[in-house]
Amino acid sequence: MSSVAVIDYGMGNLHSIAKALQHAAPEVDVCVVADKKSILAADRVVFPGVGAMRDCMHALQDAELNEVILQVAATKPLLGVCLGMQALLTHSAENAGVACLNLIPGKVVHFADDLCDAQGVRLKIPHMGWNKVQQHSHPLWQDIPQDSRFYFVHSYFAQVDDAAAVAGTTEYPDAFACALSKDNVFATQFHPEKSQTVGLQLLQNFLRWDGQS
Amino acid sequence: MSLAKRIIPCLDVDNGRVVKGVKFVDIRDAGDPVEVARRYDREGADEITFLDITATHDNRDTIVHVVEQVASEVFIPLTVGGGIRKLDDIRCMLNAGADKVGINSAAVFNPEFVKQAADKFGSQCIVVAIDAKKVSVDGEVNRWEIFTHGGRKETGIDAIDWARKMVDYGAGEILLTSMDRDGTREGFDLLLTRAISEAVSVPVIASGGVGDLSHLVAGVKEGKADAVLAASIFHFAEYSVQEAKEYMQNEGIEVRLA
Repeated sequence: MSSVAVIDYGMGNLHSIAKALQHAAPEVDVCVVADKKSILAADRVVFPGVGAMRDCMHALQDAELNEVILQVAATKPLLGVCLGMQALLTHSAENAGVACLNLIPGKVVHFADDLCDAQGVRLKIPHMGWNKVQQHSHPLWQDIPQDSRFYFVHSYFAQVDDAAAVAGTTEYPDAFACALSKDNVFATQFHPEKSQTVGLQLLQNFLRWDGQS
Repeated sequence: MSLAKRIIPCLDVDNGRVVKGVKFVDIRDAGDPVEVARRYDREGADEITFLDITATHDNRDTIVHVVEQVASEVFIPLTVGGGIRKLDDIRCMLNAGADKVGINSAAVFNPEFVKQAADKFGSQCIVVAIDAKKVSVDGEVNRWEIFTHGGRKETGIDAIDWARKMVDYGAGEILLTSMDRDGTREGFDLLLTRAISEAVSVPVIASGGVGDLSHLVAGVKEGKADAVLAASIFHFAEYSVQEAKEYMQNEGIEVRLA
């Protein structure tokens, strides 16, 4: 039986993602864990997170998990979600600037305050709700129709240095990278665990993925 | 633009049963919140909101069990409101599987609570629920104030000022209910909805008064709401969520259709 570890470092509700993983693949052993040994023992690892980046990086440091995440990324499939995606970049502008894990070179920036759509209607921040995702070729999109809607809730977004790391984009109103990939790592700004059928499909694809793109 | 406007069915839950709008149908089936939530999920609801109206403190745990059960099989965002007064109440709901909590009276009595909640759990999960009533008379400039206790108690607080303050304090979203329209089936208070939506930077959910599908369209087009919430039109099964979305799409509104 394969196993997946959901990293519990005190940042937000991990039950949703654990429940969704279990629902997507009943045969997989899903565990929510905080210790290095259990994380490294799992076949695959999910790095979730909601809240603010400064708290996120502090929590990782306090739990001594920075190195563990880098080690996981080098050896087995890793899925970052929301704040867990943003933390993989080099730097975030949130909380007056926070250094992140630098696994995927790039930065996390805030949406502009005065965004408008094509009709001149002001766009709300946070970007909240179901938006279309344009997929770039990657095994984790298997059986998910192009332009499917996923659930987003965020005020910051990723700008990666290497365009090859972009696995999907969404428009608000300009296109931004809503999914990233690099070697064993796949990461999404949206919440697959809250994106109904297509989200569960993505989780199922992750639980079958061997880490090659 | 491709962000969809959201349709959010709301379930009023009393002692573990859905109560609003089930008078004329079989209570045992239509009244089970888990069953109803499942149906809304199948029909394409974008989120589901539970409003716990259980009066007695002892029966508070029932809503937690409802949320736990729904969260283990319905994978869309879930919001729980009603009786959220302490940080522990929020933690309890999030642990049960809720994604957001609605704070209403507690915000009015103690605005700092919203700040503490947003600091602790993040703005993304803090919805401030505002119950507003028109206080201006015909001929005056429109003015709405905040009411508590289901619209019975006035506070003297201006609704627009209050909405702005709650966003400053960390609300990630505003759930706006017109107490003049709630239960009337005459449609949203569109002027109120628009005034609040244009006053704040965060998404606004329009609530109170939906009687038919054209009201949902008006809420988005004229009220400028980012999401529309309705209870009875879906409970009575007059319309399915899917029908509501198709109707909105035909009216030129971007929605998520499966």
